[in-house]
Amino acid sequence: MKTQMTTLRQGMGRLAVAAAALGAAVAPAGAQDARVGLRAGTQDAAQAAWNMEVISHQARPAGFFATDPEADFGFSNTDLAFQGNHVFMGNYNGFLVYDISNPSNPRLRASVPCAGGQGDVSVYRNLVFLSVEETRGRLDCTANGVADSVSTERFRGVRIFDISNLDRPRLVGAVQTCRGSHTHTLVPNPRDPSRVYVYVQGTSRVRSGSELAGCSNRPPAEDPNTSFFRIEIIEVPLAAPQQARIVNAPRLFADAQGNIAGLWAGGRHGEGTQSTNVTNQCHDITAYPEIGLAAGACSGNGILLDIRDPANPVRVDEVVDPNFAYWHSATFNNAGTTVLYTDEWGGGSAARCQATDRREWGANALFTVQGHDLRHAGYYKLPAPQTAQENCVAHNGSLVPVPGRDIMAQAWYQGGISVFDFTDPARPVELAYFDRGPMNASELSVGGFWSAYWYNGRIYGSEIGRGFDVFRLTPSAHLTQNEIDAASLVRMTEWNPQHQQRVTWPAHFSVAKAYVDQLVRSRGLGPNRMVRLQQEVEAAERMRGAQRRTALMRIATQLDGEAAASRDGAKVRMLAGVLRELASAR
Amino acid sequence: MKPRWITAAGLAAVLASASPGAAAAQGHTHTTHTSTAQTPAHTDADVRFIQGMLAHHAQALEMTGLVHGRDARGDVRLIAERIDVSQRSEMARMQRWLQVRGLAADSADAHHAHHGGGDAHAGMPGMATPEQMERLAQSYGPAFDALFLELMIRHHEGALVMVEALFGSQGGGQASEIYSIASEVDADQRMEIDRMRAMQQGPLGGARPR
Repeated sequence: MKTQMTTLRQGMGRLAVAAAALGAAVAPAGAQDARVGLRAGTQDAAQAAWNMEVISHQARPAGFFATDPEADFGFSNTDLAFQGNHVFMGNYNGFLVYDISNPSNPRLRASVPCAGGQGDVSVYRNLVFLSVEETRGRLDCTANGVADSVSTERFRGVRIFDISNLDRPRLVGAVQTCRGSHTHTLVPNPRDPSRVYVYVQGTSRVRSGSELAGCSNRPPAEDPNTSFFRIEIIEVPLAAPQQARIVNAPRLFADAQGNIAGLWAGGRHGEGTQSTNVTNQCHDITAYPEIGLAAGACSGNGILLDIRDPANPVRVDEVVDPNFAYWHSATFNNAGTTVLYTDEWGGGSAARCQATDRREWGANALFTVQGHDLRHAGYYKLPAPQTAQENCVAHNGSLVPVPGRDIMAQAWYQGGISVFDFTDPARPVELAYFDRGPMNASELSVGGFWSAYWYNGRIYGSEIGRGFDVFRLTPSAHLTQNEIDAASLVRMTEWNPQHQQRVTWPAHFSVAKAYVDQLVRSRGLGPNRMVRLQQEVEAAERMRGAQRRTALMRIATQLDGEAAASRDGAKVRMLAGVLRELASAR
Repeated sequence: MKPRWITAAGLAAVLASASPGAAAAQGHTHTTHTSTAQTPAHTDADVRFIQGMLAHHAQALEMTGLVHGRDARGDVRLIAERIDVSQRSEMARMQRWLQVRGLAADSADAHHAHHGGGDAHAGMPGMATPEQMERLAQSYGPAFDALFLELMIRHHEGALVMVEALFGSQGGGQASEIYSIASEVDADQRMEIDRMRAMQQGPLGGARPR
């Protein structure tokens, strides 16, 4: 750990040089990380924040917590989805809807009890999808469980709610699956807007064939129709969601010989070896329809899927990583040239960010994507050591859409939230963080951030036991106000983080000024030239009409000539490009 | 695969309360399946699973404790380190689960499990016999690597059988945290079994202990 902390400080030191030019403050070099030694507490823990701040906090509402600690685990908050001014928060007991019209003061808009865990949630137009995997899940949504190991009352799969009227959400569909649904992924069909596909990732035990016809827990050598080694794909007709049904169960792990258990955690093995691998599922899949790819985190492997025909995904590459325990989730950068996989070593309930834990274990692994070829580039793990009382491992996050950089905000359970730059996937660096002390000072009480996602200018955090947090980023040398402003220009109307949408930025001076700040940081042009460039761009912003157009074109033309000699020529060209867009606007 | 449908009528009662401030969850009771229970309580099968798994995991730690000084392969030392960390944190969670409920950790049995001295856990699936443990304790180099992988794979496969038995029992695994613990044990052992099976074919590339 000492070695890593030194490396981090050296990294900050390098950035601090660039920061001087921007006149911004940086964390004092050599200071102990403020996340170390925070006081414990459920709602009164000490907190540490760097370059971000919490602007609102809501505890879990009535019906979604239990005062009895023995029962409270069944009311854990989970994943988030976004639509307009609403955040949908999954919970082991159903889902919650918050109105975030005022992010500093969110309002609980609806709470929908319907037990079954883990409540992975997505929203698509007037429909909410909810994953259910626990064997206690019931068709009638009640919370009393199902004692019999075979029962017609049990529900495990994907529930579909109609939320046209948020005062009265209606359960309109329930698609049973053999292993339930741990997570799911929405994949729209670009050629048919009347339906959406739901990839179902079941990771739990296979139920009996006498409970749900066709389910088989036998190994593939004994039963080619085994419920292992596949995902299920539900097709949802949007006008008739009650007709949602499973249309495919692709064998994503099959090899060229048709062996459905063709992937191997340790790599390909020799002829005559009879062992079958027992990891046989995807934990989560992130679809990026605009590039025709999805990245699957499939317990023993990371895989890449061609999803141009969304009902028939085809595996095009797979990787193993000897440091990875459990391939958990994936996030593409906006260009689709890097994919970040998480390793949820210990399943999220273990303290895996202690000083004694290896930096490559329970971390993110970054891979470059060239065509259909994944190549390992580096790792990123929460840089501050956590206590034995804090469950901590890499978990859910999303891109912060700063133009010209790849930045992610990510939840690390009780490790808090870490915002980091992975533009260079071999050398990720932290930009901001938020952390609270442990839930409990003397023992590990499972909690912390399940998810942290950027949405329309804020970061939203789903805290398992503490509730719902909203954050804003604050400017620093690592991330300037111009860069935050440019990211905040991106407005989504609907956002499910496992369905990535390509981000584009409008022609706006914030984008140009963000690029200028990045050129300062990278020393892409000489220091005197940078000062003049900042002045020229700001002067152009104050102009109007033809005068502004002329000024912008003149700056762009000069940058064209400087790009070739710049150490950051690509960024110089991007700046010239956005200045031209501004010149031709209105 | 035939999807099943729930009728809207069957859900009317539930969804009538699906509005802000719906019924609070504080009414937990130790009686499972009463109309007032908001979440299923644990059963005897759950308690037996936790106590048994604690003893089962204890033997895995006995095995990983033997790795030092055996001239074991680098990747064998590394998987042993991973198993050691994994089993310890799972055991801590299971012990907490018992403590919160005022239940005994059954630690005497756990301590004696590997001796097979007639205690309740000696017959658990996948447990190494005292003779096998003794043989492992006497092995070095490639012989140690091979026997460690063989015994640990069998040991882990036994844990999967125990998870399966839990869910096959009446009311077992209904309590949310038991479901979570059992699922975590299942996932961890499967990943480690896969890794060890690959290691039986030869050293894993890229895994270098520091």
